[in-house]
Order: sequence, then C-alpha cells, then structure tokens
Amino acid sequence: MKMPEPDREVLERRDEIVAALRAIVPGEGVIADDREMRPYESDGLTAYRQLPMVVVLPETTAQVAAILKYCHANGVKVVPRGSGTSLSGGALPLADGVLLGLGKFNRVLDIDYANRTVTAQPGVTNLGITHAVQDRGFYYAPDPSSQIACSIGGNIAENSGGVHCLKYGLTTNNVLGVELVTIEGEVLRIGGKHLDSEGYDVLGLLTGSEGLLAVVTEVTVRILRKPATARAVLVGFGTSEEAGACVAAIIGAGIVPGGMEMMDNPAINAAEDFVNAGYPRDAGALLIVELDGPEVEVDFLIDRVREIAEANGATSLRVSESEDERNNFWAGRKAAFPAVGRISPDYMCMDGTIPRRQLPEILSRMTRMSEKYGLRVANVFHAGDGNLHPLILFDANQPGELERAEAFGADILTTCVELGGVLTGEHGVGVEKRDLMGSMFSEIDLEQQQRVKCAWDPKGLLNPGKVFPTLHRCAELGRMHVARGQLPFPDIPRF
Amino acid sequence: MTTFRPDTAEQARDVVAWAVSEETPVEIVSRASKRAVGRPMQTGHTLDLSGLSGIGLYEPEELICQAGPGTPVAEIEAALAEQRQMLAFEPMDLGVLLTGEAGKGSIGGVFAANLAGPRRIKAGAARDHLLGFTAVTGRGETVKSGGRVVKNVTGYDLSKIVCGSWGTLAALTDLTFKVLPAPEHETTLVISGLDEETAVRAMSAAMGSPHEVSSAAHLPFAIGAGDVAGPATCIRLEGFGPSVAARAAALEGELAGFGGSQGAVEGYLSRDLWRAIRDVEPLAAPADRPVWRLSVPPMAGPAVVLAIRSAVEGADHYYDWAGGLIWIALPPASDAHAGLVRSAVAGAATGHATLVRADESVRAAVPVFQPQDPGLAALAARIKASFDPLGILNPGRMTAGV
Repeated sequence: MKMPEPDREVLERRDEIVAALRAIVPGEGVIADDREMRPYESDGLTAYRQLPMVVVLPETTAQVAAILKYCHANGVKVVPRGSGTSLSGGALPLADGVLLGLGKFNRVLDIDYANRTVTAQPGVTNLGITHAVQDRGFYYAPDPSSQIACSIGGNIAENSGGVHCLKYGLTTNNVLGVELVTIEGEVLRIGGKHLDSEGYDVLGLLTGSEGLLAVVTEVTVRILRKPATARAVLVGFGTSEEAGACVAAIIGAGIVPGGMEMMDNPAINAAEDFVNAGYPRDAGALLIVELDGPEVEVDFLIDRVREIAEANGATSLRVSESEDERNNFWAGRKAAFPAVGRISPDYMCMDGTIPRRQLPEILSRMTRMSEKYGLRVANVFHAGDGNLHPLILFDANQPGELERAEAFGADILTTCVELGGVLTGEHGVGVEKRDLMGSMFSEIDLEQQQRVKCAWDPKGLLNPGKVFPTLHRCAELGRMHVARGQLPFPDIPRF
Repeated sequence: MTTFRPDTAEQARDVVAWAVSEETPVEIVSRASKRAVGRPMQTGHTLDLSGLSGIGLYEPEELICQAGPGTPVAEIEAALAEQRQMLAFEPMDLGVLLTGEAGKGSIGGVFAANLAGPRRIKAGAARDHLLGFTAVTGRGETVKSGGRVVKNVTGYDLSKIVCGSWGTLAALTDLTFKVLPAPEHETTLVISGLDEETAVRAMSAAMGSPHEVSSAAHLPFAIGAGDVAGPATCIRLEGFGPSVAARAAALEGELAGFGGSQGAVEGYLSRDLWRAIRDVEPLAAPADRPVWRLSVPPMAGPAVVLAIRSAVEGADHYYDWAGGLIWIALPPASDAHAGLVRSAVAGAATGHATLVRADESVRAAVPVFQPQDPGLAALAARIKASFDPLGILNPGRMTAGV
C-alpha cells in the first residue's frame, strides 16, 4: 500500500510543529516520543502501520480549532482518529502528519427524552450512548460489532451500520446534528434537534466521509425506545441457495426482521468449535432471523417465518424460548471473527455488498478463487441487506501469503462490483480499498467527489491518501474550459 | 426561450454541455409541478426531464426500484402497491397547495426537493431512501454515485447532497431508491379536546413508547378528512393486524392520563386523514395566503406557534411529526411575515422555516429558504461551485448567488 510521499520540508520543521502544538494543548496532550506514539501506529486494520509525526489529544473545540488553523496555515497534514477501530485503515497515521485523537472528548452533554435525542462528544463510545439512556428503556439503534469500543465520532466518519441496520438504518439515518471544525479552524453547527436541512444536506455529505472533510466535535443523535421483546429463529439449510431463497421469501412476505444473518459451513464450524452455540455442524448454511417489537407481533411473525423456512427446505429449526437462548443463538455469530482467528494464524475480513440474489453466484466464485489462491475462506453475511464478510484465512509468516490474501480479497470485491454490488458496505474505503475505487467509479465520478472535498479542504490536508487512488490539486480539478459558441445548439426535441 | 425535452440521458448531457459553452443558465424541471417553490429565476432556457420517464428496474425481493426522473410518482406508487410495497417516506404531494391539482409530481422532483410525509419520523425522509443516481453536473459531465444495494459506504454519499438541492447541483437522469413492504393494517388513535401543549406532550409520550408509532399529528381544527373533529391529536399505528390491535389497546391506556376523549379511525378513513395531513390540504384554501413549513424540535412547537399567532391575526396551523413539523398559513403580506416567522423559529434553539407558498413577488423579496450562518452559507456556495462552477443549473432558486 503506497501512501503519499512524506514531505521532507515538513519533517524538518517537526520540532517547531511540536512546540506550536504544545502551546495550544498543554501538558500530556501532545505526544512526540516514538515509544509513546506506538499505540497510535495503526487502527483496526493492523496489517498497515505507520508512526505519526506527532500525536495531539485536545480536550476542547477551541483547541481543535487552533490545531487545525495552525496546520492549515503551515501546510501540515492531519489524520483524525476516534477510537481507532476502523477496519479499512481510515485512521492510519502519516509520517509527516499530525494524528488528531478525539479520545478526550468523552462526555455525554445532553439527554432529552421528550425530544428523543442525545448530544455527546465524539469520543463517547457507540454503546456509551445506549448506556446513558437504557435505564429509561431507550437505546441508540446502529450497533456495529465494535460498539463497545468504537466512538460515535468515528461512526459519523464511517457511516457505521450493524446487524440491525436493515430495519433501523445506518448512522446517517440516525444523526440529527453536529458541531464540526473545518481545516481552516472554523467552527460550524449543522442541524440540531429538528429534522432535515434548511439547505444542502451537509450533514448527510459529512457522514461517511472518512475524516476527509472536517473534524466533528459534537454529535446529536436520535434515540429510540427499546423494542418490547425480541426472539430469534435458528434455521439450518442444506445449501446457501436454499437459505438465500428463504431470505427472499421472508422479505417477499412483507417481513423486515430486526436482524437476519447467514453463515456458511466453514464459519458455522469455526463458531461451533469456539463457543458451542449448538449450531448444526452439517448444515451448508445457517440463518439467524431475529424479530423484534411488540410481543404479540413477534409471536405472530415467528410463526410466519417458521412456515416460510419449512417451505424453503429447512433441515433444522429452533425458536428461542428465552432471552438466554436468543443470546446463545447470537453467541456463535458474534464470535465468528475470533473463532476464525483460532483456526488460522491470521485472517482478513472483507466487506462487499451484492444484490442478494447473486449470493449463490458469489459463493461459487469464491470457492473457485479459494482453490486458485490456495487459501481458505469462511463467510458471514448480513443476509437482509446483501453485505458480505468473507474471512480469508492466511499465515503472514509464510512468505507470499499476505500478498495472496490481498489479491484474493481484491478479487472478491471487484467480483461484488461486477455482480451489481459495491466495494464496501460498512467498513469504509480507507487505504484498504482505495486502489479498487476505479472498478466502481469512472475518473469523472472520482474527480467530482474530489471537487466536493476541495469545497471543504482546498489544500488537501485532511486525511490525504485515503479513499481516492490518485490525489489531484484542487486548482487542477476546478479548471474548466468553456468553448463559447463552439457547440451547436442541441438537436433535441424542444417546445 | 427554448425548452429542451431530451429522450435520453446523453441528450440531457448535450443540453447542459451546450448551456455551459454558452454560459447561459437553464431551468431544470422533470414535471414542473413544484415550479412555484423557491426564488424566481432568470433563466433563458428550460431542460425538461419528463422524457426520461419510466421504471427501469423493480426488484421487490431486493427492496429496490430504479426509474427515470420524469416518472410520475403515481406510476411508481401503483407499481409498488401491486407487490404490496411502498415508498416508506411517504412523499408528499404539493400539488393541492400550489396549484389545486394533485397527482402531477415526478420522482425526480420528490428527491430533488427531499419531500417526505407523516411517516418521516419513523421511516426517514426521501434522502434516507435514495441509494444511487446518475446526473449531469453543471460542468456538463455525467457522474454517478452510490449503487443499487441498500448497504453501501463506497465514496462520498452524494445522494444526500442532491436530495433537497432543488436542481441546483446537477440534473438527475436516473435514480435508484429503496422500497419497503407496505403495512397490512393501519389504525389511527384520535384524542379529542387536548390543548396544544398537552397534545405535544401526549405525542412525545407515544413516540417514546415501545408501540412503534409511525405518525403523530395535532389538528387544532376539523380538516374535513378522516371524519375527525378538532382539536384532534392523531396517532397512527401500522403493521400486522394482531400487532396493531395490541399496540392500540396498550397506547390508549398509557395516554389516558393526558385527558380528552379517545376514539379511533381505521382503514380508508385513516388513510384519507393522513393523506390530507401529508399534502397540507387543510391550508390550501384560500389560495392567496402564504404558507410556511417549520421544522423545530418537537417539544418547541407550541411556543413557536404562540409567538407567531400572538403577533398576527388570522393564522391557521397544525402540527405533524409529533410537534416538530408546523404548517402555518398567514394573512397575505408583501413579506409573508418572514421576520416574525424566523424570529419565532430562532426562539426554538434549532430549526428552520421555508416559505413553501407565496406570490412570485414575495418570493423575490424575502428568503424562501432559511438564511444560514455565514460560515455554512459560504460552504454551501463552495459545494455549489464544485458541481456547477458557472451557475448554469437553477441558479438562485434556493439562495441568491447559489
């Protein structure tokens, strides 16, 4: 993975930059010692590591503004970081960049039950928001698997999803307002406790922008009342095709489950070895369908799902009869990543999305790729929305295996695009999928996206080297040749 | 003054490319049913996208639909209804309010204006349902963004920024959006006789309950739909029959403490009621009154209304979105009482006011969309320039110079 060439001139000014940051954030908020910076050298994508030039941990919006203003004035790159759980390298430091950690922004500022909102600083964890309101029966709906650690600010950057997002939406559908700081150090407030934007939906654009547009310093999200009850059905099938047909039939019957997850046989067995959830080891595919809502509705729908599953060739079927049993159904799925970690020295988690009906096609192609690259693959799959998480098993200590795993992963993702899907469903592009963007977008598409970045960050100082395979200067992108009087009047139906 | 009506996306691009080469501004419409919204424009030509019409792809089991911008909303809703599906954000039809004629809108207009209805508080707005698009920017270039799957974070989410941009960033040529199963049943609980403060508290309690309320409105007066007399606090429950019945019973009990007398409307009466609320039918006549749309924190609704009503006689209003959406019609005035309305909204801490209906001269005189703080306004202008550097597409429709 090639990152932008470090700017020697900036590196030579390091002492001066560190001193300037110390003048803004006193005490231990500036870390310049290599050993102390080590914990920041990578995020959740640990295959890539890079020590930053300096780490700064501000505590106030005014400090963030002063840091960004200084960096902008002095041409210094900035990489924002929440909890560092990105799986795509979104918070990978730059050798000549400031790593701006928001970890000290860890307070819940306002809980408003009547308007159903929580306002929090960006370093508060996703689960921290739910913890703040759960005694009154409320929760924050998006639930990425890393929710115990990932920050709400990072969720905005990545537009994080979770197993419940088919029914309850992604981050972008649940955030109402932010306070942000631009690279020029300007503090802006967008949205609030009301719905929709008065002008352009800048909040929607910011969400999922992977730290390339601005630094968020405060977040307002909507909270929901917890569903009265939840029950799950665990269904085994002989093949993934039958499981896929069952998923289609459930949605076709007008049912939108709170969660609907699929695992293939290797994933079932890895999970079963690890947590003993009682999964059918001989099943070709396993579905977990969770229904949540009012008790009478859940009971009613459980019966419908049971009928649909049986009609679609279920080989085994269990319905949770208690909260313990429901949690047990999930235990294997939630432990799928560490379970695969146990059977392989290393694994790489991919994140493509496909139209659901292409599931059999992508699975059979993955089997062929697995043979071609000589690496095993296990699949967990957000079945409701077509988001695949193939786990590629490899051993980084074997020469060439990491490279083969990367090539296998890229092959899977470009196949997702070929089948009508996309490169990333919820983990983000980051550095990991940056160089594959051309398989989904034309050069014109990517240039337009970069022009949007220029509207926020004309010098390209915020998180450069992520998302876009080629960096262009804003002046070059903005150039426009007007051929006045040279194009003919369009010969198109007119009135 | 020429109106171009392309039959293909390529032709639409040619029109914009020509306009760019001539540096001449173009009005963008798909079926022009909302032409009377926004600041009056000085455009020499019109790009009419009604020829890019029709459903290209509809996959009920994948929950997606793709259509050209000129496709009538009615055509899409009919196709979805055949599969017992819907546009969950319940796009409102501004036709009754603007022209007295409903059913003329296009899907391109729905997304360009980010129109949503009463179910917005549960299901999200139009912007939450656009998965991807193809469009021609003001550089005369065809760009695409997003995809045709419901879960996608590849690249910037430009679907959000085109929704609600009123054609000022790009001319949409193709849209892919999410569809959802339609509810089997609906019931509306009606509590009669509550004052507005109490009604908003009751709606807040309903929204904070686990009973999955999909809409909540308060009507201070009888609106001639749904067989409901005013003042009426209306709470809609949708879903599978047994679930709706159980939730309605539970909610009746939980809301009894707010007083008033409880009743319910079902089936077509309930649908008629919410359609009228959605389309602002109660304020359509008389047609010479300016109509404002206010979005505020739900609990702030009554104070905002009081601030306006205590300063001007003859206002009519009602609440949707559990108090967070206020529709208010005011007596005719050359400024549509803009200063009063916007200072009342400012009292709510956060929110905005849009002048949805007013005479052209009024819309030329006062900001139609809520003025933004200078920093945000400057960012919006830079975003506009990133798509449309010469100001070719619907210039000035939202704000002067943008």
